[in-house]
Amino acid sequence: MLAIESLHVRVEDKEILKGISLNVGAGEVHAIMGPNGSGKSTLAHVLAGRDGYTVTSGMATYNHANLLAMPPEERAREGVFLAFQYPVEIPGVSNIYLLKTAVNAIRKHRALEELDAMDFIGLVKSKMKLVDMDEQFLYRAVNEGFSGGEKKRNEILQMAVLEPRLAILDETDSGLDIDALRVVSDGVNALRSKDRSFILVTHYQRLLDYIKPDFVHVLAGGRIVKSGDASLALELEDRGYGWLEQHAGAAS
Amino acid sequence: MSASSREIEKLIGQGYKQGFVTDLEADTFPPGLNEDVIRALSAKKNEPGFLLEWRLKAYRHWLSMKSPQWAFVHFPPIDYQEISYYSAPKDKRGGPKSLDEVDPQLIETYKKLGIPLAEQEKLAGVAVDAVFDSVSVATTFKGKLAEAGVIFCPISEAVQCHPDLVQQYLGSVVPYADNFFAALNSAVFSDGSFVYIPKGVRCPMELSTYFRINAANTGQFERTLIIAEEKSSVSYLEGCTAPMRDENQLHAAVVELIALDDARIKYSTVQNWYPGDENGVGGIYNFVTKRGDCRGVNSKISWTQVETGSAITWKYPSCVLTGDNSVGEFYSVAVTNHFQQADTGTKMIHIGKNTRSTIVSKGISAGRAHNTYRGLVKVLKNAENARNHTQCDSLLVGDKCGAHTFPYMEVKQPSARVEHEASTSKISEDQLFFCQQRGISAEDAVSMIVNGFCKEVFKELPMEFAVEAQALLGISLEGSVG
Ligand SMILES: Nc1ncnc2c1ncn2[C@@H]1O[C@H](COP(=O)(O)OP(=O)(O)O)[C@@H](O)[C@H]1O
Ligand SMILES: [Mg+2]
Repeated sequence: MLAIESLHVRVEDKEILKGISLNVGAGEVHAIMGPNGSGKSTLAHVLAGRDGYTVTSGMATYNHANLLAMPPEERAREGVFLAFQYPVEIPGVSNIYLLKTAVNAIRKHRALEELDAMDFIGLVKSKMKLVDMDEQFLYRAVNEGFSGGEKKRNEILQMAVLEPRLAILDETDSGLDIDALRVVSDGVNALRSKDRSFILVTHYQRLLDYIKPDFVHVLAGGRIVKSGDASLALELEDRGYGWLEQHAGAAS
Repeated sequence: MSASSREIEKLIGQGYKQGFVTDLEADTFPPGLNEDVIRALSAKKNEPGFLLEWRLKAYRHWLSMKSPQWAFVHFPPIDYQEISYYSAPKDKRGGPKSLDEVDPQLIETYKKLGIPLAEQEKLAGVAVDAVFDSVSVATTFKGKLAEAGVIFCPISEAVQCHPDLVQQYLGSVVPYADNFFAALNSAVFSDGSFVYIPKGVRCPMELSTYFRINAANTGQFERTLIIAEEKSSVSYLEGCTAPMRDENQLHAAVVELIALDDARIKYSTVQNWYPGDENGVGGIYNFVTKRGDCRGVNSKISWTQVETGSAITWKYPSCVLTGDNSVGEFYSVAVTNHFQQADTGTKMIHIGKNTRSTIVSKGISAGRAHNTYRGLVKVLKNAENARNHTQCDSLLVGDKCGAHTFPYMEVKQPSARVEHEASTSKISEDQLFFCQQRGISAEDAVSMIVNGFCKEVFKELPMEFAVEAQALLGISLEGSVG
């Protein structure tokens, strides 16, 4: 599904990612953990095609295509979805209008017919149940006046409606209380399938109590310093990141 | 520059699609302005004496006035002696009596602009008066309107056929001494539309005037006068374009609306004069005085404008709420891009009791453009229980443009309630990336955000014009994202 090879990324003059390699197979769930400032969001943004990052070397292949050469909207249309750490507000544009425009842009790209209003509403309502959202949120402006938890749930709703093949969740768990965390996790679990892959970026082990990953990677100082299975997350909870960061320091 | 700002610039940079010139033989006055020019103009139009006198009074007053300096717009002084004050397509047949007699080249011009005048393809349900430079060249659906008793004709014709109405109402809302450009217009106005809706009549169709500036070095000074008698109603639309030229051209119009008891006038404008090129060369100077008088009790005047064109726009459609319980509304979208400047807004003058006004202004700036909202809400001593609500929002696209808001309030009646809300927002790279990440292109994202921003105003426009306005907004913001 996704193969990242020795990826080096700069922001302005600073090297942030210093050689990331990662393989994500179809249906797999990978957790990427690490201390603040280690480059987790940078990796997520580069994969989604955000401006302002320079890839100095390395590559990323997505379904056999050069991911880094595609404009961001094409990546999205090809099934790459990013749930943002800080979802933006778009005053004046209703949630439902954004969703409909997005769904139809993606369907058009895939040579499918645009959904009419009835079919679309049906689709959205069924997905709203997944994240326990009230219908009124559809008619409010995108994220405007939403609480932190509502914004994150809204991201998961968009993911559910757009049905991506590769979903990258950037700290979707942070700032959520335990009930919201459960709702979000249930939503993600419901979307797990053999041909949909996830990259869960998180700072805390807590999320992984709810969503069981197949692999856990620790990102520190712009490198993956350790990879393992779900048990690595528990070890991190006991020992913190300190021992791994020293490890990273020694390696550079 | 980031990819998204590049795209913004690209979006903004798209061409003006109405910029062609029609090559016609024209009857044009040499440049220059003096009393003889005004006499010649008046004679050309075979005007009654009262009108010539009025023009001359306006001219003499204008000579004593100075071009206003207070607006937030900048332009070199205009040399009024370099402008020609009359240009009309040369009439080989002594004036068009019916559409069959209109020069086919003119019909073709309007067709290119999307305004079919020919009988068989007229816009369904909309009567059109087409003004080409200084004269009205065609008015459609005259017969059908006459059956209802509605008068819809060029003002030059109204002067001939209904001089009493013209004499009674002309200048009664905007006196010639009102301001510099109104005085100039009163002295030299060439043509425009005249509408009279008799008592109790609901005008059976939308009325519309389409203004086209074609000739070079001419000014367009049209004058529109709309009178709605007791219990009548009318919806009127105005559209405008001009060829692309490097020189600036002056457009100084006056529009007067009079609503008597229980009458309603809805006046919508889609203004798309040539805005100048991306370096700020050329374009129309649009200095317009538009004012409606809610003279009767329970009357209502509503202005809706979508302003995307002109190099400089200076325009404040206003309502004088004279009658008790009268209502004034102003809904505006003003878009400026590249080097365009717009200083626009409204005045709501509350005179009668229980008068209400609503102002919704949406300003969008992109490129290096400046967009100013200037509004006055004035409540006079006797206007008990007057109410105003003003909402004034600005949207910035990119970071080189500006938005300015100047709300003025003068309240002399303690029971009045005047509310003002304002906001400024920006289309950020974060918003654009977010939309792109959901599969939506940057262009579509900008137009989605802008349309969302303007929704409250667009819903006030008659249907087909709402569609046109949305499309126009898309065109004028093309090249604005990256
Ligand atoms: N736009 C930027 N300009 C400069 N430095 C940045 C920018 N974005 C991120 N960084 C830096 O890159 C590093 C990694 O940031 P980030 O990827 O957000 O980390 P994480 O998500 O792991 O907390 C930090 O040191 C941060 O300060
Ligand atoms: Mg982060």
